[in-house]
Amino acid sequence: MKYNAGNVDVVVIGGGHAGCEAALATARLGFSTLMFAISLDSIAMMPCNPNIGGTSKGHLVREIDALGGEMGKNIDKTYLQSKMLNTGKGPAVHSLRAQADKIKYSLEMKKTLESTENLRICQGEVTNILVENKKVMGIETLNGAIYHCKAVIIATGTYLKARCVCGETSIQSGPNGLQPATHLTQCLRDLGMELYRFKTGTPARLDGKSIDFSKMIEQPGDPHIVPFSFGTPRQSLHREQISCWLTYTNEKTHEIIRKNLHRSPMYGGDIKGTGVRYCPSIEDKIVRFADKEKHQVFLEPESEYNNEWYVQGMSSSLPEDVQIAMLRTLPGLEHCQVMRIGYAIEYDCLNPLQLKPTLEFHDIDGLFSAGQINGSSGYEEAAAQGLIAGINAARKLQKKEPFILDRSEGYIGVLIDDLVTKGTKEPYRMMTSRAEYRLLLRQDNADLRLMERGYEVGLVSKERYEYIVQKKEKIQEEIQRLRSTNVGTSAVVQECLKKYGSTPLKSGTTLEELLRRPELDYVKLAEIDPKRPDLPWDVQEQVNIQVKYEGYITRQMNQVKQFKKLETKMIPLDINYEDVYSLRLEAKQKLSKIRPVSIGQASRISGVSPADISVLLVYLEQRRRKKQ
Amino acid sequence: MMDHTIAAIATPPGIGGIGIIRISGGEALSIIDQIFKSKSNKKLVEQPSHTIHYGWIINPDTEEIIDEVLVMMMKGPHTYTREDVVEINCHGGRIVIQKVLQLVLQQGVQLAEPGEFTKRAFLNGRIDLSQAEAVIDIINAQTELSLQSSISQLGGTLSEKVRELRQELLEMIAHIEASIDYPEYDMEELTYETVENNTKELLQKVHYLIQTADTGRMIREGIQTVIVGKPNVGKSSLLNALLREQRAIVTDIPGTTRDVLEEYLTIQGVPLKIMDTAGIRDTVDIVEQIGVEKSKEWIEKADLVLVMLDASTSITEEDKQIFNLIQGKQVIVLINKTDLPRKLNIEDVYSYVNKEQVLELSVKEDLGLDQLEDRLKELFFSGDIQVKDHVFITNVRHKDSLLKAKKSLETVLETISLAMPEDCLSIDLQSAYEYLGEITGDTVGESIINQIFSQFCLGK
Repeated sequence: MKYNAGNVDVVVIGGGHAGCEAALATARLGFSTLMFAISLDSIAMMPCNPNIGGTSKGHLVREIDALGGEMGKNIDKTYLQSKMLNTGKGPAVHSLRAQADKIKYSLEMKKTLESTENLRICQGEVTNILVENKKVMGIETLNGAIYHCKAVIIATGTYLKARCVCGETSIQSGPNGLQPATHLTQCLRDLGMELYRFKTGTPARLDGKSIDFSKMIEQPGDPHIVPFSFGTPRQSLHREQISCWLTYTNEKTHEIIRKNLHRSPMYGGDIKGTGVRYCPSIEDKIVRFADKEKHQVFLEPESEYNNEWYVQGMSSSLPEDVQIAMLRTLPGLEHCQVMRIGYAIEYDCLNPLQLKPTLEFHDIDGLFSAGQINGSSGYEEAAAQGLIAGINAARKLQKKEPFILDRSEGYIGVLIDDLVTKGTKEPYRMMTSRAEYRLLLRQDNADLRLMERGYEVGLVSKERYEYIVQKKEKIQEEIQRLRSTNVGTSAVVQECLKKYGSTPLKSGTTLEELLRRPELDYVKLAEIDPKRPDLPWDVQEQVNIQVKYEGYITRQMNQVKQFKKLETKMIPLDINYEDVYSLRLEAKQKLSKIRPVSIGQASRISGVSPADISVLLVYLEQRRRKKQ
Repeated sequence: MMDHTIAAIATPPGIGGIGIIRISGGEALSIIDQIFKSKSNKKLVEQPSHTIHYGWIINPDTEEIIDEVLVMMMKGPHTYTREDVVEINCHGGRIVIQKVLQLVLQQGVQLAEPGEFTKRAFLNGRIDLSQAEAVIDIINAQTELSLQSSISQLGGTLSEKVRELRQELLEMIAHIEASIDYPEYDMEELTYETVENNTKELLQKVHYLIQTADTGRMIREGIQTVIVGKPNVGKSSLLNALLREQRAIVTDIPGTTRDVLEEYLTIQGVPLKIMDTAGIRDTVDIVEQIGVEKSKEWIEKADLVLVMLDASTSITEEDKQIFNLIQGKQVIVLINKTDLPRKLNIEDVYSYVNKEQVLELSVKEDLGLDQLEDRLKELFFSGDIQVKDHVFITNVRHKDSLLKAKKSLETVLETISLAMPEDCLSIDLQSAYEYLGEITGDTVGESIINQIFSQFCLGK
């Protein structure tokens, strides 16, 4: 029995990482928001790896935080272990990664949602999105409730028509035994959307007391922990960290897998979804890299409230008996007890080419989608999209300009541009090599890059905004001071240089020049810099990086200047590519489908050539002159 | 896209030795002042618009004089593109024009895209709206042309070489990127020493390609020419004589098949690619060495067939066989050994070919070679022989890309010497990869990520 359940501004379908960010954003921007989740106990659940961050994903979390999102704050409250990766490499690829307490992460997020004004969360399955005249009007739930609303954000993750497969067994189920969403797919099809079927997988979880950690190599966290959130004070973070453990597969493991490949649904042909190269199953690894004698396997804690251990590197959809047998060949896992078995999951997702860079559908006004439903993979990728979809849904209701980050402004910009411009044929994972302006898009400067934008949007407080403005000034002042501070050849100076293995000075120079030497840094130079002002660590860090990498940074900034020129040449929304004289057929089709907002975006579409872009420019000029 | 300064050779290739290079854009004047020394030592920037100046193009780095030129200077908006425009009238022939263009490009000017001057003229309001479609047609037609020419000249060794270089680069980039994106995976890290050695090697190969581009051997396809004739008719002497005539130094470059060598030479600006049988320089005897079947094959491939006859003997069976093979081809019949007593009946020859196709000469006495050269030029520039001629434009484009790739690789070495982290290395390796891709028309796209996952076993 259908009934009218009332009006809200925004409905968010799904309570995962995308849904949470989306709902928090719209609610915080003042719009009454209703978020549905299949189970309220699975809010912000991590159905796969128990960590947040890592290379390029850590960057995303930092950016989410700088824009006023929640993920960074939540992981700071709930981490078990934290590590800065790649510290031996350049600052652009330093990446923060934390092991999360899954249970706490979920609970803390739920607490935040519950205590947010304008936000209601509700358990239930949304079965229908109501659309009239290509405009969203509301949603309908399985129980017949009809909510009228102005915007809907789809964030259903891997739940649509989800099917979990483990060997010969297959069940209609969402991740972790949760109920799948079986009705919405039909609604999306009826709305004319193009869907894909993707596949991903997860390894087994083992009982901690059955693991012999003494046979493994300990992987402790960093002694000094850097928070994810720019708002989290460093000192508030200290806690006893829990270690991860490293062990290896061996020939016996591989033999078991090879002997049982025919029982794998992937190789047996039962799974048809497109899998992820980024998270290959162990059987994939053995087949594709047959020469490799051993593979790393990390044991990672899932929570303080349970004793389940995630077996990173052993994702599998082999039958349960095979998984158990192969796990028991690993040193330390000889007597392991499986608590949850690994499985592959297939689900429906959308071709992201149907979306604008705001994550609103081209063809349905007020309908947005974010997260794994858009073909991405990963919690951070999902959260980033959720935030952007939420912000844009809100701005639409505020009748404000859309909020789009471009490829030079953040990993979020790269992620969304890739999805909506190039599309994806497999679950999309963020990687640092996808960001062409990587040296500018560092995790350490996400606040400098984006916090002002977050403040303009309305998700960042005035206090944090003012801190950033001051921080920028302080950095510039300090670089100026280093540039104009001369250093002579005094004994103190030479002594200091000698201490750090740096060539003594033949004649005077500046502190800035000394700082450029690879073996020196800002902290070390304190000894010969008596007039140094007392600056916060984050300012010092920026001064150090900006001086040391100045040449590279300047070069990338020049590239960005070129890039921006095309990015700011907008294509009118009402363009009809059929009217563009002499545009090649392929270009016409691609452009009509993807509907790029700018010449820059158009030029990144595969199948659109530089000559097509020239033709387009001439057409736009022609059109402009006709209008005059 | 619209505000960088662009340049290109404005005159069609192959018209005599005079050529115009057109530069358009905000920096046109300041750039010409860096490489042009006027007779009166004036700076062009300070001169009135629409004036012509006499002087020299000089390489600012080496101070080498490249050409004696006339430079026309026109300030926007009263120009074709409405931007500042400079036109350099060069006199030193094709190779010099290319050299001047190269020098202009080295000053940070970009090579104009096909139809770009016209496009700018339109976008800057210079051309009437009614002509917009014509503008688009020009862009498309020229793109088509340059595409054709670049494809035709990339048939062989160059694209293969460039692809090899790109693959080497790609493996190195993927290795670095994989270790950045998967820091905890136990893969062997690429040491700086390896990167340095590999980069140096790559640099040398790129350098070699640039050098070959300079002499135009490798990149240029010429008129596919084959010399046929019976043994001892003087084919090799002709080839050697022609080789002496041309300016560029010629070396053997192995061709696409094993049983043939290709000689590249330029006769009065006409690029020739003469097919020569495998290393047998003293005979060059196709019929004798490789049999009728093979010669048929080579004749079929040729744009131009030079048939050599001996004036001191009558037409033989072999000659007749050859005449039968050349039906429908562009042919010049050369009657050699005119210094010897004549036994050949010229009417026999005319029964196979037209009078105008026949030339008499004596290679030995150096008689008649000039006429042959004139005839080659005539055929070439009248368009009777169709060659992949845009070679010269795209040549410059290729060379420009090679030079940029070289610069990126040099930056990689500099980054190594400064002990900067590998993500800094990766940036310039990637630019080098992109620049080389401009030559083969391959884009970066997903190739790095694909390589990472095919080269390494990664992922949770």
